Amino acid sequence: MSLLSSARRTSAHPPTAPPLPDELVVVPARHPWRWIAVAAVLVLLAQFLHGLATNPGWEWGTFAGYFFEKSVMEALLVTLELTFAGAVLGFLGGIVLAPMRLSGNPVLRAVSWAYIWVFRSVPLIVQLLFWANLGYLYDRLQVGVPFGPGFFSVGTSQLVSAFGAALLGLALHESAYAAEIVRAGILSVDQRQREAAAALGIPRLRQFRRILLPQAMRAILPNAANELVNLLKSTSVVYVLAIGELFYQVQVIYGRNGRVVPLLLVATVWYVVLTAVLSVLQHYTERRFSRGYAR
Amino acid sequence: MVEIRGLHKSFGPLAVLRDIDLTMAAGSVTVVLGPSGSGKSTLLRCINHLEKPERGRVRVDGELIGRRRASNHLYELGERQVLRQRTGIGFVFQSFNLFPHLTAVENIAEAPISALRRPRAEAHRRARELLARVGLADKVDAYPRQLSGGQQQRVAIARALALDPKLILFDEPTSALDPELVGEVLDVMRDLARAGTTMIVVTHEIGFARELADTVVFLDEGRVIEQGPPAEVLDHPRHDRTRAFLSKVLA
Repeated sequence: MSLLSSARRTSAHPPTAPPLPDELVVVPARHPWRWIAVAAVLVLLAQFLHGLATNPGWEWGTFAGYFFEKSVMEALLVTLELTFAGAVLGFLGGIVLAPMRLSGNPVLRAVSWAYIWVFRSVPLIVQLLFWANLGYLYDRLQVGVPFGPGFFSVGTSQLVSAFGAALLGLALHESAYAAEIVRAGILSVDQRQREAAAALGIPRLRQFRRILLPQAMRAILPNAANELVNLLKSTSVVYVLAIGELFYQVQVIYGRNGRVVPLLLVATVWYVVLTAVLSVLQHYTERRFSRGYAR
Repeated sequence: MVEIRGLHKSFGPLAVLRDIDLTMAAGSVTVVLGPSGSGKSTLLRCINHLEKPERGRVRVDGELIGRRRASNHLYELGERQVLRQRTGIGFVFQSFNLFPHLTAVENIAEAPISALRRPRAEAHRRARELLARVGLADKVDAYPRQLSGGQQQRVAIARALALDPKLILFDEPTSALDPELVGEVLDVMRDLARAGTTMIVVTHEIGFARELADTVVFLDEGRVIEQGPPAEVLDHPRHDRTRAFLSKVLA
């Protein structure tokens, strides 16, 4: 006790009384290994950054010269178009397919299940090549009575351009994944919410739009953002159809000048920048849909 | 007001309600008692057609619920018509089931706006009045998560009242509440009962039944074992099973 007596702040206690619990100083635990781990990580990081700055192989000058180059900018626009259109069409498809898969109608359920099964099974690159070669299977496409006479027809290759084939492939591929993301969101909402809405006589469509979907969005958004980033990078696959998107374009350039690494770096940094932009958008969208939730 | 005839409902092989006949007068309070699994909740859920009974009829205010009769057949109504019928029947859940992403006033105004097509401003004004009536005038813009259980249940009662229902069904409205919060919900229900609201209440609150019920119905294994005024059923039960149940609940 006498050792601690110097920590006493009041003289109200007799010298022999033990100090009150609130007079004891809490000493946080020491974490020596944390400091060692931090040091190790910092050394590795410094080495990496040093390499980035000093290794002439990165050719930062070439990188800077091409980063805002006109053809790269145009290709970037194509990548953005494919991503945006693919996401919009994909999620529209998903919003139709998910309720189908949850519906009481066994035919709709089976069709939706089969669609998702097929389009998740076929690799995107294989599917893209199929769509690009549609003209080989069907020379002309016509509108008319099923199995009966046709009204008008167009040549397949006129209707489905390379860009059209790419968009079609991305959208179909994307809707299968979007359908599962939307379905997971709907399933995440407590069944009793729908029951409460039904007990209040709220019309069916309004139940979905006003009660279920806003709550489902909380579960949908993180996965949808994930899928969107995935789609952004998947657009690089359409280079097989010789469409001038970002990855195709840098290949064209390094095919001409042989500067492979700095040009791959151009594409890489743009993908990173776009993903960062999407992450910021994700943050604000998630915040908007967390109304009424503590977290 | 409510007329139930020969109601039968089973889940798979399990018969939950068997041959239920009950009549509730307008403005009356009926308390349904019974051990868990006796079919009390299912009975309530059949009255607003959240469950579809296999046999029997439910009439509210003379209107057949969930079915349409033509000669010897009962035809299941379309969802739209059932939803319209439900706007006349309030339902208060054990677990409140407020919409967590909507504020108290939005929770209450939602059904009047979307089901009864009331103008938004009018629905919100009425919602505020109802919140004041259940003693929550200062919680208009609170989200359910910011409210205590008792407050949430009072918002849920206001939400049911917003449709001006002919009848309100309460499914164990105080069972999910901490004991000290039960009183505030029962106070609101007492006011409603005194104002002449037709109510059917599934509860274990014997005190509430004794004070406010016009009729107490005792259900066991899906059958009505006995019914009558509270003084009769609660104090002089005729049936052994009623006696056994009451002795457990009152112990």
